[in-house]
Amino acid sequence: MIVARTLLRLSIVLATVGLLAGCDPAEESNSSGGADVDGDNAALVPGLDITEDELKYGIGPIRRVELGPLDAALAARGEELFKMKCMACHRLDERYVGPALRGVTERRTPEFVMNMMLNPGEMVRRHPVGRAMLAAHYTEMPAQNLTEQEARALLEYLRAQAAEGQTSRGGTTENS
Amino acid sequence: MAGAAVALYAYACQTTGPKGLLDGDVASRVYVAPGEHDEFYAFLSGGFSGQVTVYGLPSGRLLKVIPVFSQYPENGWGYSEETKPMLETSFGFVPWDDAHHPQLSKTNGVPDGRWLFINANNTPRIARISLETFETEEIIEIPQSAGNHASPFITPNSEYVVASTRFSVPVPQRDISIDEYKAAFKGTISFIRADRPGEMDIAFQLLVPGYNYDLAHAGKGPSYGWAFFTTYNTEQANTLLEINASQRDKDFVAAVNWRRAEECVAQGRGRDVAVTYVHNYMGEERVARSERKRGVRVLEPADCEGMIYYLPTPKSPHGVDVDPSGEYIVAGGKLATVIPVHSFSKMLAVIEAKDFEGEAEGIPMLRYEAVLAGEVQNPGLGPLHTEFDGKGYAYTSAFLSSEIVKWKLGTWEVVDRIPTYYSIGHLMIPGGDSEKPWGKYVVALNKITKDRYLPTGPELVHAAQLIDISGERMRLLLDFPTLGEPHYAQALPAELIKDKVVRIYDIQRNRHPYATLSEADARVERRGGTVHVYMTAIRSHFSPDIIEGIRVGDTVKFHVTNLEQDWDVPHGFAAMGVPNAELLIMPGETKTLTWVPRQPGVYPFYCTDFCSALHQEMQGYVRVSPAGANVPLTSNGAGQGKVLASGGGR
Repeated sequence: MIVARTLLRLSIVLATVGLLAGCDPAEESNSSGGADVDGDNAALVPGLDITEDELKYGIGPIRRVELGPLDAALAARGEELFKMKCMACHRLDERYVGPALRGVTERRTPEFVMNMMLNPGEMVRRHPVGRAMLAAHYTEMPAQNLTEQEARALLEYLRAQAAEGQTSRGGTTENS
Repeated sequence: MAGAAVALYAYACQTTGPKGLLDGDVASRVYVAPGEHDEFYAFLSGGFSGQVTVYGLPSGRLLKVIPVFSQYPENGWGYSEETKPMLETSFGFVPWDDAHHPQLSKTNGVPDGRWLFINANNTPRIARISLETFETEEIIEIPQSAGNHASPFITPNSEYVVASTRFSVPVPQRDISIDEYKAAFKGTISFIRADRPGEMDIAFQLLVPGYNYDLAHAGKGPSYGWAFFTTYNTEQANTLLEINASQRDKDFVAAVNWRRAEECVAQGRGRDVAVTYVHNYMGEERVARSERKRGVRVLEPADCEGMIYYLPTPKSPHGVDVDPSGEYIVAGGKLATVIPVHSFSKMLAVIEAKDFEGEAEGIPMLRYEAVLAGEVQNPGLGPLHTEFDGKGYAYTSAFLSSEIVKWKLGTWEVVDRIPTYYSIGHLMIPGGDSEKPWGKYVVALNKITKDRYLPTGPELVHAAQLIDISGERMRLLLDFPTLGEPHYAQALPAELIKDKVVRIYDIQRNRHPYATLSEADARVERRGGTVHVYMTAIRSHFSPDIIEGIRVGDTVKFHVTNLEQDWDVPHGFAAMGVPNAELLIMPGETKTLTWVPRQPGVYPFYCTDFCSALHQEMQGYVRVSPAGANVPLTSNGAGQGKVLASGGGR
């Protein structure tokens, strides 16, 4: 349901930012989009310079992530990275410099989460959710020079945290 | 009239180059459009600034100042604890020098884009700069030297950089009368191992007669294994050299067979002299270490026959430059009326035949005529330095007549000349002292500026001019101001460097002993009278940003780690009243500022490098209490045992 709510809010944002998005060269080259054989949806989101896929999965190198059962070792590696590269700005349960991150893996697709880590500059400039978050938090999320493997480990850590916090936390924080 | 018209026509055609350029296209030749990159990196020495400046060519845009031998408050070089050891010498901390001659590392006689070396003239040293980080990584002091001018000219595979004495001095140094110059003053020529980062060292040192050794260049191709040094003041004057060192018709080019010297050292010849010198190195943990070294292997000419010869050369020669083929050794006799060009093959033949004119303090002298390849007649007044275009031409700077003279190797005829503004010293063609020059431009590095730019009081910048040498005639393209006093310069195509330039330091590889790799560990710790602040910086806050419990008389060490991992996001750190510089901390790096507060009070600190929309919010406070006060040491760092309320929304 959170997803649906977000999308609804998104469409309002889209309508606004869409007005500003007229001069990106990517727009023309992608304008004829549509689903291809891989099931990708490269159709442009009406009024935006990103595709339906980018809207759903984020803009960046990650196309599809297959999630298995929680991998504790991977999550532990992710926790190490989280302390070094994320916690200067993020807490799990409270807004800090950036949004609270517990449950983010339930609000967003795993691809979106990883693309946000790997390509934050473009995400906050081009993706409507990224733009909205920049507007809410003022500080552009810094790229932290993560490899895709490291971003995957962080994703696993965030999945583990989401599971851990499910019972004890209310939904008081704003969406990340 | 007809003649004039023909001449005009010829001139017009001549200036219409292969790309159809007219004089009006000069601006487009140096115009690098917004967002575009230059074709060449040029590295200019800073002279009395002690630094290196990096310019793009052909635009003449200043890209960077690389601090080397002088403190640089702009980024804390020589002020931060990590960089202070780089300026240590056997004389103590020397925060300034006079840097003259950049030299790019070479492989097979061609610049390879790994490192740049540069000499310190005043307190003899050689620095190595990484061309991945554009930072000075290593500095070695040259013992038994003074006025390290003929330096750090490099051998074709970067085996050695050289150093030698402009000022002969008592060797060993001691308290004697300057009147004893002729008896007790000596010169030295040092070969410094250069191709192993962290291991620069004096491989061996030649003890030579007490002349002034001026400039150098290594042999290449057939003359690989040799190096050539100019000398003046063979009169051995020790006062008013202006007159007294200009008496003789000829001084010498010293030809040193360094491979022969290597053999002699390997055979155990020469002797170890117990001198102390300092070696400074910034290794992977990015904290410079300074070590004292002791002992240098010294060879005298008698220890190693065949190691050194003197080539008589008119007249107080300055530059000595070896052409791309390695056969011709061009000496700029600054008071001479010709440019003498020695032949390496003739030199070898004369040495083989032992056809010597005599000896100078045990060093065989060759006859001038026997080794001469040719003389360039009418080369301009005061010829100093020569560079090559790789197409058979040489370009010599003439200081007194303020011009560049182009002449042909082999025929020695002058084919073109162009004025410079004013009083040119060195000149530089990208790769122009290598085996394969990129002979497209020459840069004139001038000593006098006068009216070239808007006046700025008595002190003016030095002027440089970019001159097109791609056609038959040289053509002035651009005039640009420089920093300090560029002496020599080096340049190479940007492609050799630009894709390997480091953008960030990987925080996961940060091995700094005081690094704070997670904001979870940010804290303050007291160890006796020293308080260590383990601080992190990321857009846009420091942690901790509230510190209490510092006392007057404490030594406070701010170890600031920049947690950013994004290109071009340094953070700065400065605190009120700190009698030191700022820190400029690159992404992933840790830098340390030391402060001994003298007065109680509350001291704000802040980020000095505009980092984000909330940069002005990036600040903090340090409370300083009187000596002996009971205020407990605390901070709001997440790694602190006791956490203060931070007042804000976090």
